[in-house]
Amino acid sequence: MPNNAGLMGFVHRRRRGAELFLLVLALVVGVGAYAAVGLGVDGEVPTNILGYGGWLAALVVVAHVVVRMVAPYADPVLLPVVAALNGLGLAIIRRIDVAEDTSNADNQLMFMTVGVALFVAALFLIRDHRLLGRYTYTLGLVSLGLLVLPMLPGIGNEVNGARIWIALGPLSFQPGEVAKVLLVFTFAGYLVVHRDALALAGRRLLFIDLPRGRDLGPILAMWGISLCILILQKDLGSSLLFFGLFLVMLYVATERAGWLFVGSAMFLGGAAAAYVFVGHVGQRVDIWLDPWADPDGSGYQLVQSLYGFAWGGLIGQGLGQGVPDRIPESHNDFILAAIGEELGLTAVIAVLLLYGLIVERALRAALICRDGFGKLVAVGLGSVIALQVFVVVGGVTRLVPLTGLTTPFLSAGGSSLVANWVIVAILLRISDQARRPLPALTDQDEDPDEAKTQVVKVVNDER
Amino acid sequence: MNKPIRAISTFCLLLFLALMINVSYLQFWAAEDLNEHPGNARVAEAAFSRERGAIIVGRDPIARSVESDDRYEFLRKYPKPWLYANVTGYLQFASQTGLERSQNEILSGEDPRLFVNRLVDLVRNETNKGGNVLLTLDPEAQEAAYHALEAAVGPEGEGSVVAIEPKTGKILAMVSLPSYDPNELATHDFEAAGEAYRALEDDEREPLLNRAIQTRLFPGSTFKIVTAAAALDSGDYAVDDLVPSGATYQPNGVGNVIDNEGRTACDAEKITFETAMAWSCNTAFARMAVELGEDALREQAEEFGFNSDSFDDLPSSVESVFPTGDLEDTFLAQTGFGQFEVQATPLQMAMVAAAVANRGTLMKPYLVEEVQSAEYETLETTDPEELRSAIGAGAAQDLTDLLVATVDEGTANVAAIPGLSVAGKTGTAQRGDGLPPYAWFTSFAPAENAEVAVAVMIQEAPGKDISGGGLGGPVAKAVMEAVLQ
Repeated sequence: MPNNAGLMGFVHRRRRGAELFLLVLALVVGVGAYAAVGLGVDGEVPTNILGYGGWLAALVVVAHVVVRMVAPYADPVLLPVVAALNGLGLAIIRRIDVAEDTSNADNQLMFMTVGVALFVAALFLIRDHRLLGRYTYTLGLVSLGLLVLPMLPGIGNEVNGARIWIALGPLSFQPGEVAKVLLVFTFAGYLVVHRDALALAGRRLLFIDLPRGRDLGPILAMWGISLCILILQKDLGSSLLFFGLFLVMLYVATERAGWLFVGSAMFLGGAAAAYVFVGHVGQRVDIWLDPWADPDGSGYQLVQSLYGFAWGGLIGQGLGQGVPDRIPESHNDFILAAIGEELGLTAVIAVLLLYGLIVERALRAALICRDGFGKLVAVGLGSVIALQVFVVVGGVTRLVPLTGLTTPFLSAGGSSLVANWVIVAILLRISDQARRPLPALTDQDEDPDEAKTQVVKVVNDER
Repeated sequence: MNKPIRAISTFCLLLFLALMINVSYLQFWAAEDLNEHPGNARVAEAAFSRERGAIIVGRDPIARSVESDDRYEFLRKYPKPWLYANVTGYLQFASQTGLERSQNEILSGEDPRLFVNRLVDLVRNETNKGGNVLLTLDPEAQEAAYHALEAAVGPEGEGSVVAIEPKTGKILAMVSLPSYDPNELATHDFEAAGEAYRALEDDEREPLLNRAIQTRLFPGSTFKIVTAAAALDSGDYAVDDLVPSGATYQPNGVGNVIDNEGRTACDAEKITFETAMAWSCNTAFARMAVELGEDALREQAEEFGFNSDSFDDLPSSVESVFPTGDLEDTFLAQTGFGQFEVQATPLQMAMVAAAVANRGTLMKPYLVEEVQSAEYETLETTDPEELRSAIGAGAAQDLTDLLVATVDEGTANVAAIPGLSVAGKTGTAQRGDGLPPYAWFTSFAPAENAEVAVAVMIQEAPGKDISGGGLGGPVAKAVMEAVLQ
């Protein structure tokens, strides 16, 4: 790609030392919170603190060493932020385990181990993220397949009204979490090739450039898929997430805001229809509008969540001093309510800032990335996290209707945790590529076969 | 593609800002409302589990929290349940009554005056304890009142006693019968508590009612003190004058002929004021009421506290009523001796006696003497507050003399205490319909420098011959003796 020589002259520092220092701080958060749970509930530091802390530290150090080895220029902030969130999540899940006599935290630590293992594997295997662009349609088919899996009789499983789980023997799994990552690659691969065609001017209506009718195909397809998820799987959150993700990437690829308007209008139309015709969706919206209409029934979870946040106030009741087990699923979708109750507004804002940092770092990687595919993938992954956090946190704090998504890195749940660790690996890989002093590859990111169908590009890519 | 990426960054920033603003609103501005939401079991549970402060009478707690080993950390205990139930009220999950309710902020430790203590607890990592509330009640007067009233009305009876220190307004005794055991309602066995509550709620004698402040009845002849005060204060009547009386009195307009129920001392056309008071002559006070006029009588009643509620220390006290609107003479005449629509609580009649005893100055009644921290340090002491001047000092003195005569040689003789001058007035209020009357007795002693003013109200005393002097007098006497030792 044609590039500005002045910009290329700037060399990013590796800053692996800073990453290590921040990781130590993140460990202090995770292990400290774990100790505080023991102190708050039993009045003593948990006896397994050394084993637990050691395990957590080992995972973090392994991740750090691997980054040092295979992605030395990667962004130094992402990994510590993720480690802090994951550590805090583990401590809170442990806290709820103590109250409810469950053992989700052990599972979570196991899944974190799997997540870090896949993180390491991803960094080793994907030495150049552009390789993934070759499998656009394969990945697309796989993710569609994953989305359909829960609908299949036998392995599909309906939990809390949403049919988004599959169960294979003792293992249960949410394929949507993986499909989410794969879809980002599919969209990026498709859009980077077709962006110019999609960017061609259409009709101009009321200051908005609307796309041409025949270019509406992909967006219509995505719209259909999203509505299917909404109606067939009753999963408002995933539906919103996939469609929002697609719109954001389409907008970034084509630089045409018109897509956002068309897409939003289509989604709102679909959602309004779903509100009227799909009982599950209508119920969620009704609960959102007035959770106190049935505080002991349908509104119970949200009302308890709001009470939890309020009871926490500014600095919280202290770990172990609240009653987060009043909220059903508090270890899962509602983990932020547990944090709000026991650690207060300060911790909730801190957690939101950590998520904000992840999103900001992802978008920064997208900005400095030199290839279109990488840019789109980084934007997509950053937007997935931003949208997901917004939908979940907005749901439990009654800003938007409640949906069934997990809080990345915090919520108990293997599929989500593992998928999010892989997302981090890919973001680190892209930022490593982007921050490297010498571009190893320049114009080879586009498949020559695909290039034929492209409209010749006349403007500079750096606009 | 960088321009849209920057736009997306801004968009994400807005999303996160929206989340932060919303959660700040939720945890800061909306938190108080949510915490006070009636359905919020979380907060109720924490409050129920907390070490609440004690309610103290004299040196002993009448409500305190003891450690409990069930799912709540502390259990509320009432060591003398029957004696103080109407004052303490009871603590139940997510609700409380009586002082437990009106002093909830102190007892639960949420009061701003306990802020420093809360900070200290926070630093010391101790759970915060609620503050204590010390009452004005005199434990001996309370016991005397309770037992004397119980003896007077019998086991099935209903009634109330209120004793006030006239110079300050301190409530020395407040009893309501029938009573109940608040321990049964405060138990952590919610099923048993619910059953106990339903039983009390279904009891037609209404044990949960604090009759001292929540039951208003015709005050009967004790209201003659108010009529006499209006007469003396108006200047139209002097204590040495003869007042109009007669065996019967037929006011203008419709209505029954008023008589004196056989008290022949009242029969003369003109009698002394002392005779009128001592023999509780209905005709005399009916005539005086008509001559004074409705406005003068109402003003006097309101100066004593009718038609307003000046007692803040317990929730849901009711106003005593002096009827408003143009009264025909026949009704005004009945009002003059406490019938028609005049209604008073026992506390109100104790306030009337206390105001007369205190040279005409009505003090605001109060029950909370002192608010303390959990370590018994005084945080605030209630200062006696002058409510208003009900009658002039001279009129008060004259009225006192009349009431002393009523005890010495009149209907209130049962309350006489040897070696002391006692002022008092009986009352027997007709209910009509063949029902037994309500009995009243108000008194204060020593008359020249009163330390205690008492009102006794007897609502039901099955199997007893109800009269103000016969049933109420001994109760008032017992309470006065307990205070004066």
